[in-house]
Amino acid sequence: MSRAPALAVATLLAAASALGACRSSRDELFATEKSQVEMRQIQSRAFETTDRIAVVRAVIATLQDLGFVIEKADGTLGAVTAMKYQGLDTVLVTVTARPRGTTQMIVRASAQYNLEQVADPAPYQRFFAALGKALFLEAQEVD
Amino acid sequence: MVSGRRCALGLALAVAASAAGCRSNVAEQALTLSEESLALRQLQTRRFDTKDELLLLDACSGVLQDLGFTLDESDTSVGLLAASKSASAVETEQVVMTFVAAGFMVPLSYDARQIFRATVVTHPVGKSGTSTAVRVTFQRSVWDSNGKMRTEHLEQPTVYETFFDLLAKSVFLEAHQEISP
Repeated sequence: MSRAPALAVATLLAAASALGACRSSRDELFATEKSQVEMRQIQSRAFETTDRIAVVRAVIATLQDLGFVIEKADGTLGAVTAMKYQGLDTVLVTVTARPRGTTQMIVRASAQYNLEQVADPAPYQRFFAALGKALFLEAQEVD
Repeated sequence: MVSGRRCALGLALAVAASAAGCRSNVAEQALTLSEESLALRQLQTRRFDTKDELLLLDACSGVLQDLGFTLDESDTSVGLLAASKSASAVETEQVVMTFVAAGFMVPLSYDARQIFRATVVTHPVGKSGTSTAVRVTFQRSVWDSNGKMRTEHLEQPTVYETFFDLLAKSVFLEAHQEISP
């Protein structure tokens, strides 16, 4: 009996398990396309207001104008989740509003396109432009 | 052929690159206000002469329950109500067409089931907050006989007119529509 096939199979199994140890799909839990700091800057804006409920209402109205379906909202927590269907694709957005200091509200939007995080700044710029209009306030970059 | 393989690789890379660009464009498009959004907002919104948001939300949940919806999500602090209704989507002609086409070995499918979603949002309007606006949006997700799903926004005026008619009757108030100048 030749040892070659058995050796080949053993090598393949060893290689497969070594590769598996390198990266598992479970690692996606902590994976992000850009650094956390970069993502926060792209996804956040500051508004000169302390009225969290007003901001959440404006977020809901803006998302409705953009054709999103509001899935969940929590005025106390300042969080809204909404989904938009475009053909076979879905865009999912979560927006949170948190007070900063005594005069500002930080609004952060996280968007997901199908199975991927949206890391491109352009979609977020569009969203904050629309939200600023709804709030009659200017969206300021967060440092 | 070496050159053929290189060509195929180049083509594959080009397709992948354009697909990546396409992906961020879809997200950008999804978050850009369109020209139709104002007209749609007017179609989907009515104003009622009352400050009582809770009254209107209560009435909306009643109307939706009457129409066979179940409530999925609500938050009264921001005036949100989300509801859904499952129903058959079978239309006889589609079924007949599918079977006739199958006889000619042409694969068609027919709509099988659907879920309607209704989202209601209320908010105070007017300088002294004496009125309340109610905005309702309807969508439906349809599954065909092959299990494929598509989602449509319902934009026929009669859908919204019917809903607001039922709502107005339920609260004994008139539903005012904003007409654009």
